Amino acid sequence: MPEFLEFEGVSKRFGPLLAVDNVSLSIKRGEIFSLLGPSGCGKTTLLRMLGGFETPDRGRILLDGEDLAELPPNQRKVNTIFQNYALFPHLSVWDNIAFGLEVARRPAREIRAEVERMLALIQMQDQAHKKPHQISGGQKQRVAIARALILKPRVLLLDEPLAALDLKLRQRMLIELDAIHDEVGITFLYVTHDQGEAMSLSDRIAVMDRGRIEQVGTPAQIYEAPTSSFVAAFIGDTNFFEGAAVEVLNADYLRLTVEGFADVVCFNDKQLRPGQLVYLSIRPEKFRLHRERPPDKPLHNVVRGRVEDVIYLGSHTRCWVRVGDYRIAVYQQHSRFLLDEQPIRWQEDVWLSFHADDGYMLERYREADEDLIQAAAPGLGAPPAAERATL
Amino acid sequence: MKRRPWQRRRDEWLLTLPSLGWLLLLFVIPTALVFAMAFRPVDPYGGIGAGWTLATLRSLGNPNYPAIVWRTLWISAATTVFCVLLAVPAGYGMGRAPAAWRSRLLLLVIVPFWTSFLIRVFAWKLLLHPEGPIKRLLLFLRLTEPGAPLLYCSAAVLLVQVYTFLPFAILPLYAAAEKFDFSLLEAARDLGASRATAFRRVFLPGVRRGLLTAVLMVFIPSLGSYVIPDLVGGTTSEMLGNKIAQRTFVDRNLPHASGLSALLTLAVLAPLAAMWLLQRQRAPWLAKEGE
Repeated sequence: MPEFLEFEGVSKRFGPLLAVDNVSLSIKRGEIFSLLGPSGCGKTTLLRMLGGFETPDRGRILLDGEDLAELPPNQRKVNTIFQNYALFPHLSVWDNIAFGLEVARRPAREIRAEVERMLALIQMQDQAHKKPHQISGGQKQRVAIARALILKPRVLLLDEPLAALDLKLRQRMLIELDAIHDEVGITFLYVTHDQGEAMSLSDRIAVMDRGRIEQVGTPAQIYEAPTSSFVAAFIGDTNFFEGAAVEVLNADYLRLTVEGFADVVCFNDKQLRPGQLVYLSIRPEKFRLHRERPPDKPLHNVVRGRVEDVIYLGSHTRCWVRVGDYRIAVYQQHSRFLLDEQPIRWQEDVWLSFHADDGYMLERYREADEDLIQAAAPGLGAPPAAERATL
Repeated sequence: MKRRPWQRRRDEWLLTLPSLGWLLLLFVIPTALVFAMAFRPVDPYGGIGAGWTLATLRSLGNPNYPAIVWRTLWISAATTVFCVLLAVPAGYGMGRAPAAWRSRLLLLVIVPFWTSFLIRVFAWKLLLHPEGPIKRLLLFLRLTEPGAPLLYCSAAVLLVQVYTFLPFAILPLYAAAEKFDFSLLEAARDLGASRATAFRRVFLPGVRRGLLTAVLMVFIPSLGSYVIPDLVGGTTSEMLGNKIAQRTFVDRNLPHASGLSALLTLAVLAPLAAMWLLQRQRAPWLAKEGE
């Protein structure tokens, strides 16, 4: 039984570039599904093939069990929100929204009723007569949504719909998009390079890189259980460790030795045997920083290090801690703030602890992916004079 | 140092003065002279007589003229229609072509201008000659009779006019198509429009200014066309331009020629004024479009 929307082994080549490489995906009816990846990863090409603007070289796309191959774009029950909105500049907001129904030669009364309904949905009844150049970016966005939704598509395709908006507006539009999805209940296929948008909006995410699907899962699965170094580094920040299994402790845990770091206890969901090599990803916020050595607890790893950099960011503080050969990013939440509390400082010796479940073993690792980590560690320098005096 | 509005206005006038003066001296005054000359009597030696008369105005009622005016209008209109019909797909194709190809295609459009206009018209005379290659090809394909003329008829005038004015239609349409956002066509297709509907409802309105310019650039010069009907046309394909030339050089009747010229000027101004009014109506949007 095929799912609502199926990509089956779809490939597309542009000259020497394999833009989409044997992609298979199943998307459920009514879900918000995101294609997330850096620019040039093939996500937009995949969307354009569904819209009918590109033809797959190989593979099939099935919507509700129907192969879309032979259908031109105007006969597909999918509609697209384009990245630049692509509103018709010579038509008013009203005429832009009515375009699809007018092309379909629907009766005037029906068109009027539907356009009014859409204008109410996007709360722009009083702007209907304006031309696209007279309205703001967020309003253009809403008109583009109304123009697509009025045709009652089975799938709404959104191609980086918020990329042109500023941060505040983007956050508001995200909430609006979610509200519109709740109201109309159709399937959204959302293409973005912004992990924040994908995480906050999606039911499920497919992370793409170089034309391939790296991982499909819920936002939490993608963040907490990345299969590859690419996913771990592209979404959020992380630390990578290269380890070798030493000893299997029990059914769930094993001991790894990480050269230049320490021996660590780790959750063994990959069922590794002693001697096997593995790459570990540990998110910066999983580490705890202590001035005193924390008491030993089962399944807790404790290592000693020295703080090399501190950046205070309001909601949290970022520290870089040198442990052996590793320079580890640590995010420390401020659960409570006491003015007389002595903050962690530059060059202070600290203890780091993390639970065995906080390290996640990667199936695939590529060294180049380390460049994707966004919390690029600032360069090593001398501590400021004021700091040095107190040390 | 802040400049007051009146100073700014004065500076604007000063800056515009040279071009205004040029236009006044070499365009507005001569045109007014031509209009005025139509009301002067003829001098028996080919000059202008003294005093004022309405005789020329009455002689413009010549029974031959309505036919010539009508022919001038329809040949010009037909030239415009054919040029635009050919230029719209050409402009669309050039606008969509990869950037590397655009300049080459543009060169192809402009390259005929490197040859003198007269030589190109004479070339057409050779091509259309009863012994010429086109006639032979058509005879070979049995598409024409041996006696049927290709040259010295209205069809020949129309053909050479379309050939001559086509670049003037392609260039503004290409300029408009190059700025056109072709993703709008995808948006239209996405919203259910067929290729033809998307072209008609989104592309054509999108290049409307180029379209208007193309119409003006072809229709107006073609109204005043004189060399083409003179060289490839016959006595039955005379246009107003030929009559003006005949009155000037053969009949030596300058007031009459002036009267015809004034008539032509008015005929040119009429569509121009119409277009101007049409554009003014939509001025708010057009003003923005240029941003």
